[in-house]
Amino acid sequence: MIVDIKKLSVDYSGIKALDDISFGIAKGDFLGIIGPNGAGKSTLFKCMLGLHTQYDGTIKVFDHDIRDSRKYLSQIGFVPQKPVVDRNFPATIREVLSMSQNSSDSEKIDEALQKVWMHELADRRIGDLSVGQQQRVFIAKALVNSPKILVLDEPVTGIDQYNKDLFFQILGELNTKEKISIIWSSHDLDAVERLANKVACLNRTLFFHGVSEEFFSDDEMLKKYSETSMQMHMHHH
Amino acid sequence: MTFEAVSYESIPHALVSGIAISILCSAIGLFLVLRKFSLFGDALAHSAFGGVAFGLFIGIYPLWIACGVAILSALGLTKIRQKFDISSDAIVAILLATGLGAGIILVSMSDDLEIHDIEEFLFGSAIIDTPNVITILVMAGAILAILFFTYKKLLYSTFSEEQARASGIPVEKMGYLLIAMAGVTVVISMQLVGVLLISALFVLPNVSAMLYARSFKKTMMLSMCFAVSATVSGIFISYQFDIAQSGCIVLVAAAIFVGSLVAKGSGMVKTTGILAKRA
Ligand SMILES: Nc1ncnc2c1ncn2[C@@H]1O[C@H](COP(=O)(O)OP(=O)(O)O)[C@@H](O)[C@H]1O
Ligand SMILES: [Mg+2]
Repeated sequence: MIVDIKKLSVDYSGIKALDDISFGIAKGDFLGIIGPNGAGKSTLFKCMLGLHTQYDGTIKVFDHDIRDSRKYLSQIGFVPQKPVVDRNFPATIREVLSMSQNSSDSEKIDEALQKVWMHELADRRIGDLSVGQQQRVFIAKALVNSPKILVLDEPVTGIDQYNKDLFFQILGELNTKEKISIIWSSHDLDAVERLANKVACLNRTLFFHGVSEEFFSDDEMLKKYSETSMQMHMHHH
Repeated sequence: MTFEAVSYESIPHALVSGIAISILCSAIGLFLVLRKFSLFGDALAHSAFGGVAFGLFIGIYPLWIACGVAILSALGLTKIRQKFDISSDAIVAILLATGLGAGIILVSMSDDLEIHDIEEFLFGSAIIDTPNVITILVMAGAILAILFFTYKKLLYSTFSEEQARASGIPVEKMGYLLIAMAGVTVVISMQLVGVLLISALFVLPNVSAMLYARSFKKTMMLSMCFAVSATVSGIFISYQFDIAQSGCIVLVAAAIFVGSLVAKGSGMVKTTGILAKRA
């Protein structure tokens, strides 16, 4: 297991966002995390990345508790949920990539941009790109540090179909060619079914974690998922 | 009121310190503008004014007191803001009003305080003596050196707090560093443009430059050019027409901004390509 989560619980001033979650991520996994809005997906990621430290339980990255050493966190690349870029922010794509700490060398930057097919736009201003293109830039930005794991929080929300497909194609290549383990959250069951080899189904508690086919062939499971999603949905409106 | 125009003898001092201050203000100001914190310089200056009045009141060289007061109150309020989730524009308003309020009380309490001294800090002074010029140069050099070594981290935490934090950048500490540098910048700049006009130097050259340059580096360099041009021509206009120096500098900076808007609006300069051809 390259990431090992045991009995993870998160409390936001009395309200439980995550309740006793345990699962592991193996090398090479392409894990889709599905769950309705407010299910705790972002919270789970924030804990894994050391951004949220107020949790119970343990999280180990490459066999090291992230509470003891943050060193291994650099192995995880992160693409946050809807990184809103100010249209007028004066930075080129190349500059955005060079912001990551250990990345002054431009070869690595070019290489990373090539992997997401953005090298031709390297000297454009980041705000001039579409949301889909920006998301690809943020993947490249994570790739500059040669991560072993890539975490993406709802990366394709609000992106058109063409860019979505492109995006998933890139993720697939990173997973198979670069051997990067990928963890991404989504509402999109179809995309998860198509791409992921593992599925985790989350709604405050983890009610499924396992092989993708197993989840999608289990009608009980799917029914349960759609019910909780509906409940959450109605709850929100 | 006795606004000061530049006299012939004071031109060299004004120019040297003016150029150093312009470069410094546009560099620090760019980070503040990008953090949507444009008026923070103003707030710092007003709380520094409280410090100046206090320094004059107790007879200690006022600028160091001002520096301490400005930085400590800004850092304190930032802590409070994070703890109680107060918005940053409210923090600006609090700093601004409290600093000025404290300053006014102190001024009204001291009978022998020269009103002229206060005016100098409010509106800027045309005469900067040699020790002050040296102080300005040393402080400006020190801050620019710190900025040179930390700008990448500062830029990253300005661009995306969440991503920077995930990459292990000490985002809070960078924020405090920026506040401290802005505090020193404001205090040494107060002598040139005064408390009331300081945010002009922080903001105007930067928003003008952002209209043109697409990269961060070019934005910063262009902004420094605008700021230096504004200051140098402001000083000469002030000397030529015998009018207030601080006002001249700010109005030239504003003219550069308006000119940039017009040039961009009329399509004379292409969107993001003043220094690089558009693909
Ligand atoms: N900083 C926070 N403070 C308080 N409650 C929060 C905070 N962040 C998230 N929550 C709550 O925790 C729950 C899970 O949120 P989140 O992890 O963002 O879910 P998801 O990403 O699956 O939509 C939600 O009910 C949300 O309102
Ligand atoms: Mg979320």
